Amino acid sequence: MDLHTVTEVVSPAAPGMWRPGDAWLGGGTALFGEPRPSISRLLDLPSAGWPPITVRDDGLEIAATCTVATLFRTLGTYDVVAQCCHAFLASFKIWNVATVGGNLCAALPAGPMISLGAALGGMCRLLDPSGGERFVPVAGFVTGEGRTVLREGELLRSIELPAVIPRTAFRRGSLHRHGRSAVLLIGALDRDGAFTLTVTAATRRPWVLRFDEVPSPEGLDAALRAIGPSDYVDDVHGHPAWRAHLTGYYAEQIRTELSR
Amino acid sequence: MSVEINGTAHERAPRPGQCLRTYLREEGCTGVKKGCDAGDCGACTVHVDGEPVHSCVYPAFRAQGRSVTTIEGLASRSGELHPTQQAFLDAQGFQCGFCTAGLIMTTAALTDEQRADLPRSLKGNLCRCTGYRAIGDAVAGTCNVRSSGPAVGSSLGAPAGPQVVTGSARYTFDVDVPGVLHLKVLRSPYAHARIVSVDTADALRVPGVELVLTHKDAPERLFSTAQHENVAEDPADTRVLDDVVRFTGQRVAAVVAVSEAAAEEACRRLHVRYEILPAVLDPKSALAADAPLVHGDKQDDNLVGELHASLGDADAGFAAADEIYEATFRTPRVQHAALETHGAVGWLDEDGRLVIRSSTQTPFLTRRAVASLYDLPPDRVRVLAGRVGGGFGGKQEMLAEDLVALAVLRTGRPVKWEFTRPEQFFGATTRHPFEVTVKAGAARDGTLTAMQLSVLVDTGAYGNHGASVMFHGCHESVAVYKCANMRTDARTVYTNTVPAGAFRGYGLGQVTFAVESVLDELSRRIGMDPVLFRELNVVRDGDDLTAPGDHVDDLGIASYGLDQCLERMRACRDTADTAPDGWLVGEGMAIAMIAAGPPGGHFADATIRALGSGRFELSVGTAEFGNGSTTVHAQIAADELGTTPDKIVIRQSDTDVVRHDTGAFASTGVVVAGEAVLRAARDLRVTGGEAGHGHFDGTPRSVAFNAQWFRVAVDPATGELRILRSVHSADAGTVMNPLQLRGQIEGGVAQALGATLSEHLDLDATGAVTTTTFRQYHLPTYADTPATEVHFAATRDAIGPLGAKSMSESPYNPVAPALANALRDAIGRRMTEIPFTADRIWQAMHHR
Repeated sequence: MDLHTVTEVVSPAAPGMWRPGDAWLGGGTALFGEPRPSISRLLDLPSAGWPPITVRDDGLEIAATCTVATLFRTLGTYDVVAQCCHAFLASFKIWNVATVGGNLCAALPAGPMISLGAALGGMCRLLDPSGGERFVPVAGFVTGEGRTVLREGELLRSIELPAVIPRTAFRRGSLHRHGRSAVLLIGALDRDGAFTLTVTAATRRPWVLRFDEVPSPEGLDAALRAIGPSDYVDDVHGHPAWRAHLTGYYAEQIRTELSR
Repeated sequence: MSVEINGTAHERAPRPGQCLRTYLREEGCTGVKKGCDAGDCGACTVHVDGEPVHSCVYPAFRAQGRSVTTIEGLASRSGELHPTQQAFLDAQGFQCGFCTAGLIMTTAALTDEQRADLPRSLKGNLCRCTGYRAIGDAVAGTCNVRSSGPAVGSSLGAPAGPQVVTGSARYTFDVDVPGVLHLKVLRSPYAHARIVSVDTADALRVPGVELVLTHKDAPERLFSTAQHENVAEDPADTRVLDDVVRFTGQRVAAVVAVSEAAAEEACRRLHVRYEILPAVLDPKSALAADAPLVHGDKQDDNLVGELHASLGDADAGFAAADEIYEATFRTPRVQHAALETHGAVGWLDEDGRLVIRSSTQTPFLTRRAVASLYDLPPDRVRVLAGRVGGGFGGKQEMLAEDLVALAVLRTGRPVKWEFTRPEQFFGATTRHPFEVTVKAGAARDGTLTAMQLSVLVDTGAYGNHGASVMFHGCHESVAVYKCANMRTDARTVYTNTVPAGAFRGYGLGQVTFAVESVLDELSRRIGMDPVLFRELNVVRDGDDLTAPGDHVDDLGIASYGLDQCLERMRACRDTADTAPDGWLVGEGMAIAMIAAGPPGGHFADATIRALGSGRFELSVGTAEFGNGSTTVHAQIAADELGTTPDKIVIRQSDTDVVRHDTGAFASTGVVVAGEAVLRAARDLRVTGGEAGHGHFDGTPRSVAFNAQWFRVAVDPATGELRILRSVHSADAGTVMNPLQLRGQIEGGVAQALGATLSEHLDLDATGAVTTTTFRQYHLPTYADTPATEVHFAATRDAIGPLGAKSMSESPYNPVAPALANALRDAIGRRMTEIPFTADRIWQAMHHR
């Protein structure tokens, strides 16, 4: 929609430019999707020309401005990447524009790039206005529904993923076949046998449960009990009791799958 | 840097915060539609450098230096349609057509892999009309248009089809009105409040603001937003701008400015002081003796209408029953979700006459209402509709025209007001939420011995349609049964919530959900097949139609196909489907009857003139919003005049073209307007003059029948429900256009499945609507919509034109109970509140 209060676009934008009333602009699909009467200036990041995906010996760097379509084209051969892209409620047409960073910064429980980054142990590289940087785990970047650790003027530069993508198992629940995720669980089994279960969409923020090895059903169940009833999302996309039930149900399926 | 649009460089720079959709429309590409304005519906799909994007969430500045293709640029320069456009035309993969440009642009960009998985590939394209089957046909290259022999009975395409698939069909706002001003509305943050003062000084200082309107500028006269032939059918309880607001979202003030930006900014700078009043948010509380009064300035209770009546002796009937079942059913608020929002643009013509172009189902009644509000002679007001982007009853309402008229009259300049998508949810109307308790008794031989209804209807803050929906809901839903002992107690009440209004089915769907659920349960209890139980109790040809209460006596069975519909339901059991291991499978059916037209008069005039060279101009009043009546009107006229429909040029939905037309609602496009067309064509043929005139007053009326059957599977572990098979049987009399009739039925079933399985418009504890986008309010997508087998009964009606009956609202009505009955069969529990979402099904199964 038209953002009528916007009077200027700064393109390309860079750290240090932010002032009150500004918004960092990725693809625009989230910013332009809701009224934003408090925004007067858009700081355009894609025109900064950050390489979307950089492969290094010690891992991958996905620029915040990398579109979902580029991510899918480049890394979609990994099941978990393809599954997370398909978990978007949004169509492939939105993927052509929407960015990985934008999905993280929107911080919706159902944000599948949050699920992906958290499940793979990704780190967010944040740049402050003076150009300084800090790293925050993706799982800790989102702190609640629509809330992140970003400080005033700080921007998400990229998501860094480890070089080795572990074996994963994916489960998703939604009220509708291709609807918004109500539960999105990813299990990951490292080469050293360590097992992590990442719970997203069902909960207000990502939960990562870590085990040295694939747990027993009881062990998994006990760990899941750390997530309290009020930690589950209560909105039109699913009743919290159902989300909690599906979390346990799918967690056990993932445990079984990765035990094989 | 310029933007290249369809091969031509456009030098005008976009505004900084502008989305590409608005820029393209301003540059003349009005085929690019504004549906949701939030990236969800896909009606605005265009290609940027060859890639499909949703232009409503694409920053326009970013298109500079890029190449954009819109629907207008898809065909070859020589005018030859793109294969996808031709495919949508051949398949008639549209009804109102508002989503079609976006669907074509999306389909044209699909890879083979994406074409093989349409449920996923089309999740970003919402169609409210078709139910998607015809869209799937278009993608697959199926041609559904066929003609041979007479026009009536042929599967002809809509006359506007070529315009729809090229983006050149002109909807409400697809016209250039030079110098148009923009209107925006400040809406109430409170469910009930008196407006103490509105300080407009700050707002008036915003550059570009021309006018601020408050209740002080509005006429004192009360009216109803509902449009009926008989004005007295709805309570006059509404002001253009009132000094009391009765729901969160009600208009408080309006700003008219040279741009939307200025109008919005001025709205933010209006300073309003409210005196908050006690509010009542639910209909039960509204009935309490000490309830806050929604219209305390007009009446001393919250009652809008009531019906208390009996036939026979219900108590005696229950005493004679072997089994009695009673349950209470609830239906939520549902939004029509037509992809074109409400809105109107108005101006004064050269004569100084007020002209309003509106997204409306009722141009003539709206003209009458506007004229009456502002003390204008009717001939000083002209109301017209372009092609309308979906209606479903929502546009049988004056929600924008009154305010646009005031703004035009005050400024003397053209003014436009287009609702936003969120305004559709909190500032328009909804389907009436019903609470229906049904108690029914049956003897073991299958005799329905008694039926008792207790109905509570929440009409929201205004009474538009409130009483009529209740009366209609309580009529055909029970009149379809021969039950000697019936009692109905029904009430419609005001609450301080978003108003309800006309919605496809007009109350019948809500009551039918309850009645058909209870009869299903009763048939189980007496151990009788539900189809046989219906057969034993339904009205038959020759029977009178009776229900508790006084009803207009012009309604009768002028053709009877319910027996055929029921026979089709019986045959469904012989089919087989496979369900995943461990899933529970169930079957269920329900029936519905609907009057072909409303009681108390529904009028249509038609005129047909010879244009020479074998062509004719047909003038009708009714609007076209995907209902397809225009196609049928051309078919009727063509056969009567011994020509083909392509020789019939139609002018419509304009108060200048015929004397009067009540409007395109109450399923009257074929049976009332069509009859007028038939009479006009006959008049021209018989008299051999230059023009023929036809009029029909909508009486007497027949009834149409529908039956729906589902087989469903439910995953007990997750509550997920899948429809394995959907079968619909309809008695529409003579089938005027099989392609379109099938489309109406599929679309009705799909829309009803939305209400049954996903849609609910929610309020928070203060009465504010919380579901204001399509992300929160889930419309059925391609993936959610099963194919529905459609069967037609072979009947010919004695009243309707050429034997036809209505079939636009009625397919909606049996869907929810049929699904509920199938679900009951699968999970062993009776669910009584729609929608049946997976979480609710799971909770019902596991008592949580």
